[in-house]
Amino acid sequence: MTLQNLIKKFELEVLTDLNDKEVSGGYSGDLLSDVIANTNKNYVWITMQTHLNIVAVASLKELSAIIIVMNRKIEDEVLEKAKSENITILRTDKTAFQMSGMIYGLGVT
Amino acid sequence: MEEEILYNQSFQIRGRDFVNGGSVSVQIKRILKELGVKPEVVYKVSICCYEAEMNVIMYADLGTLDFTITFDDVIITLEDEGPGIENIELAMQEGYSTATPEIREMGFGAGLGLPNILKNSDDFKINSEVSKGTKLFFKIHLN
Repeated sequence: MTLQNLIKKFELEVLTDLNDKEVSGGYSGDLLSDVIANTNKNYVWITMQTHLNIVAVASLKELSAIIIVMNRKIEDEVLEKAKSENITILRTDKTAFQMSGMIYGLGVT
Repeated sequence: MEEEILYNQSFQIRGRDFVNGGSVSVQIKRILKELGVKPEVVYKVSICCYEAEMNVIMYADLGTLDFTITFDDVIITLEDEGPGIENIELAMQEGYSTATPEIREMGFGAGLGLPNILKNSDDFKINSEVSKGTKLFFKIHLN
């Protein structure tokens, strides 16, 4: 499974440059310590957090992408930071529960 | 026996500097990867450093993180100037936090920071003096 597959299948909005990467797993969460402790390289991270610190988390854990749910607004400075760190940020109108279920349904665990 | 130091670097972390939150941990991770340290070790050090770094940003005024690699271990000490921790036993409990509502809204202050460091390190020490600051030490074996 690649990010490109997910984007096409679920009509995800690409808010940064897309670095097409493998997706090896996924995690949903809004508590950063929880995400830091429970994600691995190439995971997609489903969250409603949109502040600058999500970029550092994704960079540190080498996540494939951050998926922002419920079409939440995200500041330009966060997107700029993501671009400079080579982090892909995607967005959906779905809730975290729905998005997780959809991706999980494809066999990503 | 005196341990031989293979690498040492110090980093300053400023309190409330959320904009740069995590940047020291990212730098340390890059150094470890460049030196060819095993992924499992890099994973553990990254978690511990991030939690320690964010603690300074959330609660303290200024912190100095000292990062050392020896033949056997990655050793981190972090000394901060800040309010200190009144009850370390409570602070070590999962779910306990003194974070403000603003910090919690950002997804910090879940009370998982110090427990995460304890879980992912091989040696862990914490000393704190109220109104002065906190000193944190942790070690992760390379093998």
